[in-house]
Amino acid sequence: MFSFIAKRLVQSVLVMLTVALIAFSLFRYVGDPINNMVGQDTTLEERDELKERLGLNDNFFIQFGRFARNAAQAEFGFSYQHRRPVSDLIAERMPATLELSLVSALLALVVGIPMGVYTAIRRNSWLSHAFMTMSLVGISLPTFLIGILLILFFGVVLRWLPTFGRGEVVQLGWWSTGLLTASGLKSLIMPSITLALFQMTLIMRLVRSEMLEVMRTDFVKFARARGLIERYVNFVVALKNTMVPVITITGLQLGSIIAFAIITESVFQWPGMGLLFIQAVSAVDIPIMAAYLVLIAFFFVVINLIVDMLYVVVDPRLRVDSAGGH
Amino acid sequence: MSDTAAPNPNKSRFARALDSDLWHNFITSPVAVISAALTLVFFASAVFAPYIAPHNPFDLATISIMDASLPPAWLDGSDPRFVLGTDDQGRDIFSTIIFGARISLFVGFASVIFSMILGIALGLISGYVGGRLDAFIMRVADIQLSFPAILIALLIDGVARGVLPREMHHDVAIYVLIFAIGVSGWVQYARTVRGSTLVEKNKEYVQAARVIGIGPVIILWRHILPNVMGPVLVIATIHLAIAVITEATLSFLGVGVPPTTPSLGTLIRIGNDFLFSGEWWITIFPGIALVLLVLAINLLGDWLRDALNPKLR
Amino acid sequence: MTKLSKSLKAFLVGTSVLAGAATAANAETFRWAFQGDAQTLDPHGLFETFTLGFQGNVYEGLVKRNDKMEMVGALAESWENIEPTVWRFKLRQGVKFHDGSDFKSDDVVFSVNRLNTEGSDMKVVAGLIKEAKVVDDYTVDIITPAPNPILPNQFEIFYIMDKQWAEANKTTEATNVKGGDEGNHANLNANGTGPFIVKSRQTGVKTVLVRNPDYWDKNMKSNITEAIFTPIAQDATRVAALISGNVDMAYPMPVQDWKRLDEADGVKPLAGPEARTIFLGFDQLRDELTASNIKGKNPFKDVRVRKAFYMAIDVEAIKDKVMRGASIPSGLMIAPQVNGFNAKLNVRAPADPAGAKKLMADAGYGDGFEVTMDCPNDRYVNDEQICQASAAMLAKIGVKVNLLAQTKSKYFGKVLAQNNYDTSFFLLGWTPSTFDSHNVISSLIACRGGEDKLGAFNLGGYCNPKINELTAKIQSETDQAKRQAMIDEVWQIHADEVGHIPLHQQPLSWGVSDKVDVVQRPDNQFDLRYAVVNK
Repeated sequence: MFSFIAKRLVQSVLVMLTVALIAFSLFRYVGDPINNMVGQDTTLEERDELKERLGLNDNFFIQFGRFARNAAQAEFGFSYQHRRPVSDLIAERMPATLELSLVSALLALVVGIPMGVYTAIRRNSWLSHAFMTMSLVGISLPTFLIGILLILFFGVVLRWLPTFGRGEVVQLGWWSTGLLTASGLKSLIMPSITLALFQMTLIMRLVRSEMLEVMRTDFVKFARARGLIERYVNFVVALKNTMVPVITITGLQLGSIIAFAIITESVFQWPGMGLLFIQAVSAVDIPIMAAYLVLIAFFFVVINLIVDMLYVVVDPRLRVDSAGGH
Repeated sequence: MSDTAAPNPNKSRFARALDSDLWHNFITSPVAVISAALTLVFFASAVFAPYIAPHNPFDLATISIMDASLPPAWLDGSDPRFVLGTDDQGRDIFSTIIFGARISLFVGFASVIFSMILGIALGLISGYVGGRLDAFIMRVADIQLSFPAILIALLIDGVARGVLPREMHHDVAIYVLIFAIGVSGWVQYARTVRGSTLVEKNKEYVQAARVIGIGPVIILWRHILPNVMGPVLVIATIHLAIAVITEATLSFLGVGVPPTTPSLGTLIRIGNDFLFSGEWWITIFPGIALVLLVLAINLLGDWLRDALNPKLR
Repeated sequence: MTKLSKSLKAFLVGTSVLAGAATAANAETFRWAFQGDAQTLDPHGLFETFTLGFQGNVYEGLVKRNDKMEMVGALAESWENIEPTVWRFKLRQGVKFHDGSDFKSDDVVFSVNRLNTEGSDMKVVAGLIKEAKVVDDYTVDIITPAPNPILPNQFEIFYIMDKQWAEANKTTEATNVKGGDEGNHANLNANGTGPFIVKSRQTGVKTVLVRNPDYWDKNMKSNITEAIFTPIAQDATRVAALISGNVDMAYPMPVQDWKRLDEADGVKPLAGPEARTIFLGFDQLRDELTASNIKGKNPFKDVRVRKAFYMAIDVEAIKDKVMRGASIPSGLMIAPQVNGFNAKLNVRAPADPAGAKKLMADAGYGDGFEVTMDCPNDRYVNDEQICQASAAMLAKIGVKVNLLAQTKSKYFGKVLAQNNYDTSFFLLGWTPSTFDSHNVISSLIACRGGEDKLGAFNLGGYCNPKINELTAKIQSETDQAKRQAMIDEVWQIHADEVGHIPLHQQPLSWGVSDKVDVVQRPDNQFDLRYAVVNK
């Protein structure tokens, strides 16, 4: 058990290093950051001098070494654009992204699971077909278009909901939350729906197929044969058994929610990490881009590690076969 | 795995296909028939775009800025030459949708095939060879699976643009996109194929083949691969829909195909800027086309999955 | 808007005037949005229009421009050129910084010195000054390296910081992008003399300003007590924010949305001519283009080809369709507001594709050729669309344009001097920061790479030595008539040789709520001092 965990940890560190290397080497090619740091009238000599000061003229490996050493201490240097430590910026923006992502994930679960159960139990009812098709329409439209259409309708035409930002936020220590004010909650509605739509479809379909599998198993058939009422069988016995994969997948999908937040955040000017990242990309703010990628990789490595360990705890057979996968 | 259609060596392949459960299942499902028909229409119009489209929106010499932003034919101020109106550059929307769908489908198909080849190859190797190599490949897969496709595609696109000389960008942009979307999608194929390979490789016929000295490549190709094609096909259909959407999203983030040869996604992104000014047709028509296309492919994929899964019969 | 509500509003405005003295006590919140954020609060950190304009609400210089663009005193009450190289500034007395400390002449000297520190991006301004000397508490002498009759005009964006505050917060050096040093306190915090105090700031998200109750100018027009700024990057989101009433003013607005703003309740577009000229340029220096299918020669060296391009581009069509009638087609590389503009020379020959095709054939390119065009896609109004439209027009004379439209950081990273001017054909825009032709001629038109260090932004390497000679003369000539004649000569040579293809002056495009009044400056600067919230 310990050797398994140790092995996984080593692998995780290697993964992090690889991501760091890829992230880092990538940024040498995305553009010249100097232009965003100086004005129109700055001379070529001054630009060169700045490049030298930033260490951008050093050897690639020297630069990478410096980067990796600092990153290990959660130290990502200074943002060229904001002239502030990147770690401060990330800490400032993380609550916005996490709140949006978690609310979306919750929304996706709350709506997706009942729809999934329904479509599994009433496989051939017209409502099931309607759900299945509707959910596909939802994922057939690009996220950005859904966002813009929501803004156009609810923000501009009806003027019901705020069109951008987080509204009023309340500071709880270093965490800023929009969940405690009316304007904060109102601001959350459109972005979280936009972001949740894709996951909702995914969860609904997952629950449906898992339910169909479980309902075929002997033990559900047996429960039914024992004369337990239909609803109890469906919702308690069957649903309970589908929850493990659903929760696992949702957990793993948290990453993709955070990443898709890039698009939602930029459509709604939601002040989270995704917006920070995408603006850093267009301004060639290398330290922010690198930090964001390493951080996301870190999230995933941790989530993966936890999921792996849970599997080992749940399913002892896996302790022998350490190859992972299914 | 699904050994649905029992091989019958006496009939031709085509006859066998017609006779199969799959075909029967297909023609009795209206959703499948309609979505297949729709997909076919899109494909046909994409392939024959130059013959079908009234204009060639990619030929700059034929478009005129003076025709810009004309509404669809049934509205005031329209021009009968442009059924669905024109965009901000004076391109015929109807033709641009046809040519745009051609680009979207090309990107979608090519990237799916790319992922498929990569995924199947790695999956077969991983499952068949096992050991350290398997552990390594699956670890990479785990990480990548949780790393969102959009982000991976964004990164690869960034690197490719950096590595390639700038003069080439215009010509290779579309291939970079294919590569980026393709690489971001191989994991599901690899996992599925690996799983099946693990099951198949211990079956007696494979053992027997190995004993009589047949090489691993032939075993993999002849015996194992055919058995995993069913689920792979299902993944591929859904993946095609995702690839088309990913391409659209990437173009929103500014890393799509050049605006002079827009895909459906690029077209929607361009039209976005004109939604508030009332020129809704620039976004809405390509948007409807994209939804129909992706929906049709998805429904087809859905049907295929249910049809190939004997447990759900 | 109905008649009733209009008269009601007139009534309310009337009452608010009557209420007069009471208004100051009322809270008037003003919210505005721009496409990006001020990149720093440090007044010496970045020479960039929006950043400096934003800081101008908090910090002040010795002089400023008023709502009519006239230079007036700010922290200085008067100034005179006591010797050819010495300007004497008499400072305003009784001015206090936001933290309550007094403004005195040593603050000016301190700020001059700070301009020269490592992280400063204001070295252009620092270069105008040889030394600053305290004469007494309220008098400062600025010594210039050479006689400079227009020094005060160049001082608008030179803001004064508080010496004591900077020393107490260890921010005596300009914020350095490299980071880590202590100068960075001023990046997030500010202590100016201006009408607004920074209450809170979250970079890239939101900045809240509150009115400075002790502001020296009691006649300031603005009645705003709190001003909230939010950057909104996406055009559509910014327009939506304005129309839905989430902000009171937002810019820039896409030109195609003017109609929508006109029709929507409670908002209107605010447009005006900007001094920025948009033009196309070609590489005329290299013997072979870096991005073309023509090898062994450079077609742009042939004036007939350049002339053909000029004739192929229909600026009126670009105005009508791409710019929605909002641009001013230009025959010159300068806008009418710029000193040295001559309406007689500002003629644009009409588009003539047939004639252009013939010229191409004469030059030996009857079948056209292929060339890559560099274009920014987030810098100028509808920049990418202009490039696309140009590409379509050039296609009609057989030129196949491969359009490389990129974000401004990538675009500038490719085409500017540090990348060896890597472009064959490009679109660029220019506003002379001094509002004088000399700036345009010396930066864009004069031969580059010479001893005189001119032509730093002459991306295509257009070169006529005669122009460099004239540039030097224009700089030192004080007789306006002679100077104008030389400027005219430059523009004539440049037009005859088709050094660039001027397209148009782009419009300023703001959107404002009916609830507020703002003043739009031709340099796209927004000053809270002249913003009023109506009752």
